[in-house]
Amino acid sequence: MTDSANGRIVAGLLAPHPPHLVYGDNPPQNEPRSEGGWEVLRWGYERVRQSLATRPFDVIIVHSPHWRTVVGTHLLGVPRFQGLSVDPVFPNLFRYHYDITVDVPLAEAICAAAQEEGLLATMMRNPHFRVDYGTITSAHLTNPAWDKPIVGMSSSGSFFYFSDDYGQDEMIALGRATRKAVEASGRKAVLLASNSLSHRHFTQEPPVPEDMSFEHIYHHGQYLWDMRVLRLMKEGKTRQLVDEMPDFIEQSVSEAKAGCLTWLLSALQFPTYPAAVHAYGTVIGTGNAIVEWDPQRATGAGVSP
Amino acid sequence: MGPAAGHGRWGEPLSGGVIGGLLVPGQPHPLLVPQHHVGYGRLRAAFGEARERIRALAPDLLLLYSTQWVSVIGHQIQADPAPTWTHVDQEWHALGDLPYSFRMDAAFAAAYQQAATARGLHARTVSFHGFPIDTGTIVALKLLDPDNAIPACVVSCNMYADRAETIVLGKAAADALRHSGKRAVAVAVSALSNRLLVEPYDPTKERISSLKDDEWNRKLLEILSKGRLEDVCQLAREFTAQANGDMRLKALWWLAAAMGQHNNYQGELLGYESLWGTGGAIALLRPTATAAAGQEFDEEDVEQFRGERSVLSGGAPAPPAPAAAPLIAPPRAPSPTVSTSTAPAPMGAYPHARRVGDLLYLSGIGPRQPGTDAIPGGPVRDAQGRPQQYDAAAQTRAVIENVTAVLHAAGASLEKVLDVTAFLIDMERDFAAYNAVYSEYFKDIHATRTTLEVSALPTPIAVEFKVIASAV
Repeated sequence: MTDSANGRIVAGLLAPHPPHLVYGDNPPQNEPRSEGGWEVLRWGYERVRQSLATRPFDVIIVHSPHWRTVVGTHLLGVPRFQGLSVDPVFPNLFRYHYDITVDVPLAEAICAAAQEEGLLATMMRNPHFRVDYGTITSAHLTNPAWDKPIVGMSSSGSFFYFSDDYGQDEMIALGRATRKAVEASGRKAVLLASNSLSHRHFTQEPPVPEDMSFEHIYHHGQYLWDMRVLRLMKEGKTRQLVDEMPDFIEQSVSEAKAGCLTWLLSALQFPTYPAAVHAYGTVIGTGNAIVEWDPQRATGAGVSP
Repeated sequence: MGPAAGHGRWGEPLSGGVIGGLLVPGQPHPLLVPQHHVGYGRLRAAFGEARERIRALAPDLLLLYSTQWVSVIGHQIQADPAPTWTHVDQEWHALGDLPYSFRMDAAFAAAYQQAATARGLHARTVSFHGFPIDTGTIVALKLLDPDNAIPACVVSCNMYADRAETIVLGKAAADALRHSGKRAVAVAVSALSNRLLVEPYDPTKERISSLKDDEWNRKLLEILSKGRLEDVCQLAREFTAQANGDMRLKALWWLAAAMGQHNNYQGELLGYESLWGTGGAIALLRPTATAAAGQEFDEEDVEQFRGERSVLSGGAPAPPAPAAAPLIAPPRAPSPTVSTSTAPAPMGAYPHARRVGDLLYLSGIGPRQPGTDAIPGGPVRDAQGRPQQYDAAAQTRAVIENVTAVLHAAGASLEKVLDVTAFLIDMERDFAAYNAVYSEYFKDIHATRTTLEVSALPTPIAVEFKVIASAV
């Protein structure tokens, strides 16, 4: 199964979590039925699944904006969660029956490594805890068979309480801790940053939620920012992206404020190789991209943070 | 107890309304671990005191607005009559479970949704098994009404809503209460300063996160305890800038709008403590006839929601491209004409109203019911033209309801009416009944009025109004 000398990150993904994509897919776990919708993004996730099929992995690590905590980063610490997740914002679209296995030892290792980095981190041990819909959506779309365990991490509120720059520093440290723990564990891990890019929603929904004639970016400025961010990813300029992240967050109301993307780029040691952009599309006005980093494409030295 | 839900129609002078207001915090410590800190225990006791005050008022409804129920698509109103679940807080999962089984007033939720829609808001009811009721709502209901003795209704806090939208939401609550005849205690579930301590949880280190936050909390509560709710609302923006007010203190805007937007309350502070750094207060407000001193209302009032304001074009820096960011949408120019499905369909090629400058000119409006064209009180003649018995008072009431609906659609209200021309088909028979109903609505509005007898009106009705109102 695992080799403690050979743990590594096999893929890093920007894997946004709009529940609309699950709703559009009509999986048996989700109660509402749809006529489809948001196909370009769902096809992007198809390409992700095809890509991952060529690279065996042991665990999916999800950093979710919708498990919001303020008192540090929390990690799921119970081996199995079963239940019903109802999206509080889109309950008409997402009522999902989940059965999730958690890699608790790896979660504990990440928690300990984060604490060694000086971060406030804690394990969530309450068996009645309801896993957030962001974690479920990103993990489902990446691995709908649910045949791999996950590690679930909350989004810590440092960004919201102090400054985006301070939050960046914490997420860079958390990324380092995650990589260190994965390598020590022997696991082959896929990392998911479960955030959209620009994130201003429409506040009204069409009568048929999957009516694609309604769907477009909320604001052209968001689109310009999203394209800039994707270009930096494709050019391997992720350090520049992290440097610009506070401006991106502020000016496009980006969900990167949750810290997921910075955490991912840090765990990947700030890739200088090109990312593969599998899809870009809007969901109720927000900008969403599915992007994959394959560390096998790393060219060698000089990439440590 | 007030009349049953559904009795009467919008705007009828029924007895419903807010009979008391409460501010309570939503952090779970007073419910889950009152023994952890003396302050949590004191807040638990203050919740108990508030519970007794509520019972003494014998309300029909607990009406809640919780900052921890965040929505994006307009506002959501809980309509599951018996939501049941075991909730675990995302942050405070180690403190224990929050099992709940509540009694919600689904009929009132529907009425609230209707009232919000009539004021231009996007609102919907939600009733789904397993819907995640937020920690703040759970804490408030379990501590204020542990036996579910009083039905409840909860509305969400839209993350984008500004003051105007939130005030309209509060006014819609008042509309719905008037309509239903229900007497409610309105509960704003919100922290004051909202900075949690970012350190491992240790109740022995409990404190407000900063001296500045504490000072702002105390100043706000000093004003609130004098019953000056509207003054507190005027301070909300500054408070938020200085002390990170919970969701910009929108809950207090909502509470004030639901209660009438003034300072005429008897205020009482039942408790103020820190809840892992945040400001948690329990304050009670009872309407009184005596105005508090120091009223100074600076900000504009608003009756109708006219669409969200751009958050990206108003002050946000330009995007990275050379071109400046365009506006998300150009500001909406006021429509010169108003037509609405909430008033009877016109009989010809005319709108319900037209705005010119600061004035609204309404077309002649009768008592027909929107959608059905039924005539309350009966038609004055049947299809064969034979005279029928009819109720002029009921027709007059329906006319005023329809006028109110058109004014709401235009962003105004009945209080804005300046001049009325009333047409009666039988002055001798109908004037007294018409005049009595008119007085119910207009006695405090002081609109000028002219009443005329005409030989006929276009449909078999006895009463029609022509109205001019202020649009501002």
